[in-house]
Amino acid sequence: MEFDLSKPQKLLRETARATLSRHFPLSRVREWMAIGATNEDSLWSTIADQGWVGLHLDNSIGGLGLGLVELTVVAEEMGRACMPGPYLATTWAATLLAQIDSPKSTELLPSITAGEHKATVALMDQDGDWDLKNIAMQLTPSEPGWKLTGRKTLVLDADSAHTLLCVVRQSSKLAIVFVPRKATGVSCEKKRSLDATRSLYDVAFNEVTIAESDVLAVGEQAHSAIEQSIRVATLAACAEMLGAMQWIHETTIEYAQTRKQFDRSIGSYQAVQHQCADIHLMTESARAATYYAAWALTSNAPDACKAIAIAKAYCSEVGREVGHRGVQVHGGIGFTWEHDMHLFLKRIKVCEFLFGDATWQREQIARLILK
Amino acid sequence: MVLGGRYPSRQRPVGWTARSLMDLTLSAQELQFRNTVRGWLQANVPPPWTRPLRDSEAKREYFAYLRDWQRTLFDGGWAGISWPKEHGGRGVSIIEQSIFQEELALAQAPDRLGVIGEGLVGPTIIAVGTEAQKQRFLKPLLMGEHIWCQGFSEPDAGSDLAALGTKAVLDGDHYVVNGQKIWTSFGHVANWCLLVVRTDSAAPKHKGLTCLLVDMKSPGVVVRPLRMMTGDEESNELFFTDVCVPESNLLGQVNQGWGVAMTALDKERANLGTGLYLRYKRHLDSLLERAKTMRRAGRPITEDPIVRQKLAQSYLDLEVFRLNSLRTLSGMSHSNAPSPEGSILKLYWSEMNQRNAQLALEVLGLPGQSWDFDDGRWGYNYLRSRGNTIEAGTSEIQRNIIAQRVLGLPRSY
Repeated sequence: MEFDLSKPQKLLRETARATLSRHFPLSRVREWMAIGATNEDSLWSTIADQGWVGLHLDNSIGGLGLGLVELTVVAEEMGRACMPGPYLATTWAATLLAQIDSPKSTELLPSITAGEHKATVALMDQDGDWDLKNIAMQLTPSEPGWKLTGRKTLVLDADSAHTLLCVVRQSSKLAIVFVPRKATGVSCEKKRSLDATRSLYDVAFNEVTIAESDVLAVGEQAHSAIEQSIRVATLAACAEMLGAMQWIHETTIEYAQTRKQFDRSIGSYQAVQHQCADIHLMTESARAATYYAAWALTSNAPDACKAIAIAKAYCSEVGREVGHRGVQVHGGIGFTWEHDMHLFLKRIKVCEFLFGDATWQREQIARLILK
Repeated sequence: MVLGGRYPSRQRPVGWTARSLMDLTLSAQELQFRNTVRGWLQANVPPPWTRPLRDSEAKREYFAYLRDWQRTLFDGGWAGISWPKEHGGRGVSIIEQSIFQEELALAQAPDRLGVIGEGLVGPTIIAVGTEAQKQRFLKPLLMGEHIWCQGFSEPDAGSDLAALGTKAVLDGDHYVVNGQKIWTSFGHVANWCLLVVRTDSAAPKHKGLTCLLVDMKSPGVVVRPLRMMTGDEESNELFFTDVCVPESNLLGQVNQGWGVAMTALDKERANLGTGLYLRYKRHLDSLLERAKTMRRAGRPITEDPIVRQKLAQSYLDLEVFRLNSLRTLSGMSHSNAPSPEGSILKLYWSEMNQRNAQLALEVLGLPGQSWDFDDGRWGYNYLRSRGNTIEAGTSEIQRNIIAQRVLGLPRSY
């Protein structure tokens, strides 16, 4: 039994950490934030050149053939760097495409993993409801093919995506539809997110023409593909939160050691020490939960679905708490715009709700344990 | 099951392969070990003890029952399994030790009478004892003939253990001990005690301490049971008046007792893990079953969204404890040494168990707290859990250890 990263996995982490800190220091993240250009092409090509887009996918479709533990390693470093850009969105979309046996998947995936093509998933109809049951937006028949009219809300990185994978209904059945971002009738409206490094859009579809071949999956196949892709995306969101917690952990302990009040470092006071100890306990526990979920999902363990829900519920609760305590230990400077603390608190805050918050996840757990 | 078997490699979802080297499955050798343990337990675990322990007669018989079980384990070669073979152990890995604890729990084997001896005193004697002490103490300990207790805390030396005042003065070839100890688990049944005493009052407090191995039948030793808020006589006070201890029972060096005591306590904290998880898992499983039988406001309580949230929270809290335990276990299997990281586990489980014991009462409501409901187990668990964040190092001390020994913040005292 080995509950730790292997040597190659540790090497991947070191590479990711070094690459991100060399190319994307927080000063640069702030520049992008200021001009709202978090989807700049140079940013994306650097990421794709590392092979990180779809690294968990088969070599045959352009991936690196690695597992979800490796994906978690990279996503954690993305969180620790507070990386802007469509990594989460594209990971989700690529995973969804890889679940679908269609010519479109085979056509698109190599260019997505190469970084030439960006994609995202348009899932939620209204109100931020993650329950697939409540997806109502309909494909309407139109000879030949279909028409799509309606609105998807809070779509990750829609504006920079070339492809929208839209989750809709074909009469009563769930369907996954390929829609080019530039198709006639598609328009994106930016929603200003609390986390300015994360781009969210409402997407309106007005009489968009859908060819029969662009309906990629219907019914049970669509349903299970979406569910599995959400599990992977949820895992990546947990990993991002974990990385942000890790940054707060390191930064806060260092501050407690160096900041002096009453002629002593504030870290010598037990009131501060206990905050730091709690940050440590929560961060390490989140690490155990997240990496276990990655391992369980990648090895088809019987409790994989539960493990993902547990990791997301736990990270959502303690990520926020680690952020709050990090701000508190820093005192006034931690509350300023100038300090980087708020970038990570906000990254965690938005991840808390993506793919279902702790309350939603606990209900998923309840369904599994109260059968 | 805590430590997993190998999962059948089903058809993987399209799109990725599992090439993760992080691996939470057991090796073939470990699975073989599990089978061996399971087979032996099936043939040897006695029927569970069911009689209430109301009178001293019943308590005596229960003690004999537990001691017989220890002897059975010894005869089967299952006592002190993590000890080196040359000291009568089996030399198993920490993972195998954990498998053994799991199997004991799953087989509903009797409680272990010798936990302090086997987990704490024995390993410390192996680490710092003389050859004669090893010869004299280790085998009777494993056989269950010697039951050990631990004389550390005092009324005025709790978290600040090094402030203890029980004195030992060398007089010819023996020490004369005077003082008082408190919170001594197993004190009422133990025949031996690992005692920390002050041998040099002039030295700084950590540097004047010494460890002695004390025969509890020595004249001048008085044991008084302590009744806890649960009603149980779970712990004891020990009084020492002019107790003679032969110099040959000195454990380690004179005035080096602090280091010896810390060795022992690290082994205590490291001794957690999967057995504890399984105990709390049993509590939670029975709470889930209980909740399914109850109705409130005209519907099953398991349909109440708030109750569902609470039960799921309990479940996930416990699952994160399992994962933390597995991760610590994996780390220890490499270093083969307990580390201050054990403080995270202690802090986590003690506070988790308090949350979950409270939550069980919230779910069960007024009926559930009664001593007449499910043998009073929910009220008992709640009361007992209040001690969890105090025993074996308070949560405040655990946080100090994490801050100072793990995170490297300055000492605050």
